[in-house]
Amino acid sequence: MEKRIRVLVAKPGLDGHDRGAKVVARALRDAGFEVIYTGLRQTPEQIAEAALQEDVNVVAMSILSGAHPHLFPKVVNLVREKGMKDVLIIGGGVIPETDIPALKEAGIAEVFTPGTPTSDIVDFIKANV
Amino acid sequence: MSNEKIQAGLDKYNASVEKATAKFPERPNLPEQRLYTPLDIEGTDYADEIGFPGMYPYTRGVQPTMYRGRFWTMRMYAGFSTAAESNKRYRYLIESGATGLSCAFDLPTQIGYDSDDPISEGEVGKVGVAIDSLADMEVLFDQIDLGKVSTSMTINAPASVLLAMYIAVAEKQGVPADQLKGTIQNDILKEYAARGTYIFPPRPSMRLITNIFEYCSKNVPKWNTISISGYHIREAGSTASQEIAFTIADGIAYCEAAIKAGLHIDDFAGRLSFFWNAHNNVLEEVAKFRASRRVWAKVMKERFHAEKPKSMMLRVHTQTAGSMLTAQQPNNNIVRVALQTAAAVMGGTQSLHTNSRDEALALPTEESVMIALRTQQIVAYESGLADVIDPLAGSYYVEALTNKIEKEAWEYINKIDEIGGAVAAIEKGYIQKEIQDSAYKWQMDVESGAKTIVGVNKFQIEEEPPKGLLKVDASVGVAQCKRLAEMKSKRDSDAVKAALADLKKACQDENENLMPHILSAVRTYATLGEICGVMREVFGEYEAHVNL
Amino acid sequence: MDIAEELLKGNRLALSRAITAIENEYDEALDIMKKLYPHTGHAFVLGITGPPGAGKSTLTDKLAKAYRAQGKTVGIIAIDPTSPFTGGAILGDRIRMNSLTMDEGVFIRSMGTRGSLGGLSHKTADAVKAMDAFGKDIIFVETVGVGQSEVDIVKAADTTMVVLIPGMGDDIQAIKAGILEIGDVFTINKADHDGADKLVREMNMMLDLDGMMTDWRPPIQKVIASQGEGITETIDNIEKHFKYISENGILTKRRTERSKNEMMDVLHNNIGSYITKKLVETGEMDKYVEKIKARETDPYTVVGNIMKDMLK
Repeated sequence: MEKRIRVLVAKPGLDGHDRGAKVVARALRDAGFEVIYTGLRQTPEQIAEAALQEDVNVVAMSILSGAHPHLFPKVVNLVREKGMKDVLIIGGGVIPETDIPALKEAGIAEVFTPGTPTSDIVDFIKANV
Repeated sequence: MSNEKIQAGLDKYNASVEKATAKFPERPNLPEQRLYTPLDIEGTDYADEIGFPGMYPYTRGVQPTMYRGRFWTMRMYAGFSTAAESNKRYRYLIESGATGLSCAFDLPTQIGYDSDDPISEGEVGKVGVAIDSLADMEVLFDQIDLGKVSTSMTINAPASVLLAMYIAVAEKQGVPADQLKGTIQNDILKEYAARGTYIFPPRPSMRLITNIFEYCSKNVPKWNTISISGYHIREAGSTASQEIAFTIADGIAYCEAAIKAGLHIDDFAGRLSFFWNAHNNVLEEVAKFRASRRVWAKVMKERFHAEKPKSMMLRVHTQTAGSMLTAQQPNNNIVRVALQTAAAVMGGTQSLHTNSRDEALALPTEESVMIALRTQQIVAYESGLADVIDPLAGSYYVEALTNKIEKEAWEYINKIDEIGGAVAAIEKGYIQKEIQDSAYKWQMDVESGAKTIVGVNKFQIEEEPPKGLLKVDASVGVAQCKRLAEMKSKRDSDAVKAALADLKKACQDENENLMPHILSAVRTYATLGEICGVMREVFGEYEAHVNL
Repeated sequence: MDIAEELLKGNRLALSRAITAIENEYDEALDIMKKLYPHTGHAFVLGITGPPGAGKSTLTDKLAKAYRAQGKTVGIIAIDPTSPFTGGAILGDRIRMNSLTMDEGVFIRSMGTRGSLGGLSHKTADAVKAMDAFGKDIIFVETVGVGQSEVDIVKAADTTMVVLIPGMGDDIQAIKAGILEIGDVFTINKADHDGADKLVREMNMMLDLDGMMTDWRPPIQKVIASQGEGITETIDNIEKHFKYISENGILTKRRTERSKNEMMDVLHNNIGSYITKKLVETGEMDKYVEKIKARETDPYTVVGNIMKDMLK
């Protein structure tokens, strides 16, 4: 059997800072995952639909613009509405500590803030998929 | 001392080092060469390569007296929420001694969408101020005399529209366009390569830029029409050499486009400005600033045959490195910013924005912004770094490093020439890939411990979550949409329609300068989204090249 | 859920899960394929191959949009290489097709080549069948034209389009030789770059020299995919080719060949894994390997004996 963990790496919203998303994408690849990279300016609807078509195990999103309280929960809802109950949804970026409980409440499994080693993200995915 | 004597001394020294390191090994991950001597800059001709401030090749600075005359412009990048909120922050900064304004726009504005566009949801007023129309711009500069202040606007793809709005506000204040001072970033190539807020494909984008060059050279002559930016390339993860190399390659592409459009190099080159990052490695940064001036001067003189000295001067705005701020122990960032400021000042910047300690967490609070501004003032007035011109010149290390960075920059510029110029190199994904590789290497070095970031991978502590962060309320978006709707109901919609139709026609004629048409549209209170919508229709949109 | 049943009802998640089962070689994949098979055979399969950087995904995006405008539904399978060192992959084709994501008539699936020896073409063929059974009118299979397994994949298509770009220097010589024989339709993308006409001339010359040429001479179309130029003509070429193979019995022949290959693939796979499993379970595998290593016997004799046993 040739199972691979599949991860959708997406940048919801309009911010163009994709250094983090790209570094994470490469680190996940080097950890042996299949990474579907969808690039900038993805709407929550596009992210959820891509997650469905690619049947990913994980949706990993990055936002640096402060739009996370609006966009992250929206993606979670859309993904779940499509029947993907078990997809792990994680987020990262410039996210104040105080916002994290609400994001977790909304279904974001973990939030990775600046300074997180990519190996933490890899470990988290391996432990939770 | 002759070179032989120095060499003999060096040999003796190296022998002693060998003994010393056998006993006390050096720290790992250091640069290979531990010591620099006159031998390392043996081939550097002082008169040709280093020279004097205000003289070719401008290695030591672009003005003859540098900060002995006047300090750099202390320009604090700010803007968030609504125009009214940002106006308050600008007036606070001016009262605190800031000498220039720097406007941050929110993402919908930067990408040419109105606040009520569905795609703007969640983003309105977040990373900057939301500007939908001239009405917002009027509020943004309320009670600020545009004849006196110099304003820098971080705006790229829709730069022409925001500049037109600024000109229109000035008109209403009674300030003629030829008195306006400031800068628009207007650097689309680095948006494709590193920053991501592009709209149109390269060809029409380059046309818009040359239209602005031409229009401003006649009507807004004191305006810096472009800020060719390495800042974001560095933020995206490039090295120091890559930062200046890719940016100068972009600069070459803009010059070529303008020349192709029929402009003469000396008519616009003096209004080109640059934008560097001030990163953590102080001496490397100083060398980078010096090398960049030398490379640009040579490019202008040898490649474009510029004749006016002003055309050959690389004038630069600098911002301290946002990506080097840590979310951990955020007060440490004050120290980082101070060192970065020292680097920019010893590097000879013309203006500087210093980041605030809390920017890895959120938008800066007023208190944090004050500390960042005070940092510049302390370096200016107390440190002595600004008292003598180019104080690190003649350091064996700094001169050797300046040479090395220059050499590496030329190698990249030549490679990009081979590919067919910066536009082709971006379309092929070459520049993006180089940046990504450097970013990945940096991250892996931090994770392996080869690079130490204090508080991140060493000297960590348990921390309480920081308090008092600035948050932009979601209600800002709602309020802004309401404001927009009210404005739309009051304007003369026939005039708007006519202006947009006229703009569309102008877009379709490649020989037409779009600036007057955009200005007319702006005056009717046509919105940014409407104006960019017309251009999107005619020009299409850029599709990113990703090559991971 | 019953994946096959749901898929046939038009459930997109079921289609997605079916492809995962195929890719991961889940046991249930076999049952799914059995149920789907009667519903296949309707889609037109277009293989798209060419060197990295040729703009295949952008071209696929534009072609898919053109077919959508004709009211046809589209499935896209985009294959990217898996890193042989880490087993991971960046599947980045989708990024060029982001604007298709929200079109319900389009389904895009990215696949990594993973480590499979020859198994890739088999899996891709099954993924195509899943999309076919789902009701897609046209299915694109996009691969980097470098390895043999990729060539095998596009060979399984009804029509194969080879995408080249000017200015690739010597690389293209090697590629051209390998893929010339599989191209039914040629596309020269980025035709606004220097050297496009030269490349067209070279291609024509190579086709002139091709002694194996049938009545169908592969057309060569210049395209600027990013600007949508030459897309209509490309679709024309594809349709002409399809008409040609339909009318000359070639399509039937190709599809018969494909059915045979499918059966043989399944046969080989099953027999292979059956034998392997048996040898491992009985512990014979290790014994044989030890003996071969010690040069007490050789692989040829061992296999001969195994075959004799099995076929008794």
